[in-house]
Amino acid sequence: MKVKQISVFLENKNGRLSEVTRILAEGEISLRAMTIADTADFGILRIIAEQPDKCLELLQQNNFTARVTEVIGVRLDDRPGALHDVMQVFEDNKVNIEYLYSTLMLMDDKVVIMFKVEDIDHGLDIIKKNGMEAITAF
Amino acid sequence: MIWNKSAECDNRDDRKVQQLYSLKKLVRHVYETIPFYKKKFDEAGVTPDDIKTLADISKLPFTTKDELRDTYPYGLLACDKKDIVEIHTSSGTTGTPVLAAYTKNDMDMWAEVMARCLCMAGATPEDVVQNGYGYGMFTGGLGVHYGSHKLGCHTIPVSSGNTRRQLMMMRDFKSTILTCTPSYSLYMAEAAKEMGIDFKDLSLKSGIFGAEPWSDNMRKEIEEKLNLQAYDIYGLTEIVGPGVSNECEAHNGLHVNEDHFFPEIIDPKTGEVLPEGEKGELVFTTITREGTPIIRYRTRDITWLWHDDCPCGRTTVKMHRLLGRTDDMLILRGVNVFPSQIENVLMRIEETEPHYQIVVDRGDTHLDEVELHVEVEPSFFSDETRNLEKIKEKIAAEIKQELGIAVIIKLVEPKSIARSEGKAKRVVDKRTL
Repeated sequence: MKVKQISVFLENKNGRLSEVTRILAEGEISLRAMTIADTADFGILRIIAEQPDKCLELLQQNNFTARVTEVIGVRLDDRPGALHDVMQVFEDNKVNIEYLYSTLMLMDDKVVIMFKVEDIDHGLDIIKKNGMEAITAF
Repeated sequence: MIWNKSAECDNRDDRKVQQLYSLKKLVRHVYETIPFYKKKFDEAGVTPDDIKTLADISKLPFTTKDELRDTYPYGLLACDKKDIVEIHTSSGTTGTPVLAAYTKNDMDMWAEVMARCLCMAGATPEDVVQNGYGYGMFTGGLGVHYGSHKLGCHTIPVSSGNTRRQLMMMRDFKSTILTCTPSYSLYMAEAAKEMGIDFKDLSLKSGIFGAEPWSDNMRKEIEEKLNLQAYDIYGLTEIVGPGVSNECEAHNGLHVNEDHFFPEIIDPKTGEVLPEGEKGELVFTTITREGTPIIRYRTRDITWLWHDDCPCGRTTVKMHRLLGRTDDMLILRGVNVFPSQIENVLMRIEETEPHYQIVVDRGDTHLDEVELHVEVEPSFFSDETRNLEKIKEKIAAEIKQELGIAVIIKLVEPKSIARSEGKAKRVVDKRTL
């Protein structure tokens, strides 16, 4: 139920991101989601890949600092207000969200939003109890 | 103007007689009064009676900065503590400071050598000296101050910092001589531009710049921007503070006040004394100090010594502007910093392994800007930016506490710091001196 997210440290320098995408392309990694949190001099790239273990290994072999973080992927209907439903449930149940981002594609006409929450087990439990669906993998 | 013609323009042979007399007296005195020196001389198998000529100084053991720290605070005092009228400590940041203690005679000597330096830079009793060196435990401020008094100058003890006020005083009091670090002078030049002050409208004729490495290029820039003649001054707390040597109007080497500070150049590896004109480590013996005299102190500064017929008329030995250090010490904003200190801080912070690089540059402000690049290790990498920002803040705070200087922390990717033979290059000094 938990999804492995690969986080990568990137300096804000020309060509660093394309170096990552080159490595992933050569390793034939399929990406499902990607987002960057950036500051003045560095960024953290977060990747959801179909092959997370291989993705991590490739990046580490190429001297990137990368690690696995567990996140929740929640499947939502593709309609206005769907995201708010989850947010409301999380708020009511004190699930603290650290960050979230959307994936690159629809799955069976549904969108998937990735959530990093403080307590992942609690988060997953709340999703389940509220009749919502967390993806297991891509 | 030459402050002390009989001392500075003395016949060289006569000076040697005085130096030998002072050296013999000092060696006997420290041997008899300071257990530290007695032990060292005994171990080296040398007694005061072995000093028969100036060359015999090479029989004496060296003194190092570590030994000064080990004997802190009063282990090397050569007189009664009650005879000390002032103390200073070094600007070093490696934990234990180094003490310099002055008797009344030492204070007179310090003012004397500093007055000579001011005169070498063209000062007369008619001048207005604006002293922009820091006052306090640092020898820079008060050393220049005492010399300026001795010479009888109109002295402005403005100390370092507060640039707008510096410039206002320069304008209002018509300062003719400026004393500060070379980088600070350029910083003032920038600030003056912003305030609409043109140095051509000010009265400065000379600047005495030291406590920091600089170069001929920087001299040109300072002279153009501040519309004055720039003079290099050298000194260090362990010896006396500022006043050890200074450039004269010939701008060709610094005249060493060798009747008080006996210089030698040694091979830093073997400790052997090198002949005049050869490059090596500068060593000083303070042959006339009473409070904390020092025998053959290894300065770690690299230069060479020579005699010439200087057009100024002084016969004292000259030293070249410093060429470097025998260790990896950096001088950042006038503060002595060793890379090992930064390494210790990083090792104390458990999140980091010390893969780091210190990058020093002078930006638009002309002040030293220090960036510390730290490679991000898996042990402290996080998927959240705020965690990494927190680590940056922690490192910066610890370094500020340890070294007293602000550094910019930059997190960099692993293996991005260039390594030579597997060892990372610790210091990149981009300062164009």
